[in-house]
Amino acid sequence: MSSTLDTVSNIIAETCDIPRETITPESHAIDDLGIDSLDFLDIAFAIDKAFGIKLPLEQWTQEVNDGKATTEQYFILSNLSARIDELVAAKKA
Amino acid sequence: MHLEYFQLIDRIAEIDFAERVIRVEATVPVTSTIFEGHFPGHPLMPGVLLIEAMAQTSGWLIIGLLGFQRMPFLAGVKEAKLRQFVTPGTPLSLEAAIEHDGSGYTITRAKIKSEGKSVCDATLTFRVVPFPTADFRAQMVETAKRLKYPAEIPANG
Repeated sequence: MSSTLDTVSNIIAETCDIPRETITPESHAIDDLGIDSLDFLDIAFAIDKAFGIKLPLEQWTQEVNDGKATTEQYFILSNLSARIDELVAAKKA
Repeated sequence: MHLEYFQLIDRIAEIDFAERVIRVEATVPVTSTIFEGHFPGHPLMPGVLLIEAMAQTSGWLIIGLLGFQRMPFLAGVKEAKLRQFVTPGTPLSLEAAIEHDGSGYTITRAKIKSEGKSVCDATLTFRVVPFPTADFRAQMVETAKRLKYPAEIPANG
């Protein structure tokens, strides 16, 4: 079974036509991979479907805008994968 | 329909909030300045306007499900198929269903039929945000009334 990080990386590679080998756990989806907000909707949809969750994009955006969080917390892929794992665990709980 | 004003649906026939499905009716006008160019002597309803009609149909479903609290803006069109020519005077039945309700975005599957035959279909993505202004919401409420929105419209935005 592939890891959350692998699944997310594959989704990004496929959705945004980014070479899979350029995507690393340290990649920042926006700053490093250049994913724009529209492409991120497609990624969010694929992640929501793959993991049976609802990525709280609006909440995250609000937290970043309010200075309560940084984009790195949510958009560096290792961190994004950890957030997904938390959401999956919360759903099962 | 009033193509020049982007009024691409005539009546909201039904919204099923439980099934998250909407049915809408529209008739392509017999005359429109758009047909003077598309195409001279061979008037056809432009495919992009059929897609817009599916977007408007989906949009009313999303607005209804969110109690007129938020506004969907078209952000993506996928798998759009235009299956047959649509000529002036053609009656259309439009349907849309929610495929996915995300955080700040919604994906619908929409289709148009005419007299039982498939005309077109597409998967549409919308950004869903608070109404930009109170006037914008008021305008949408007025439009909903014109379209005979078949459910109660919440009073406050």
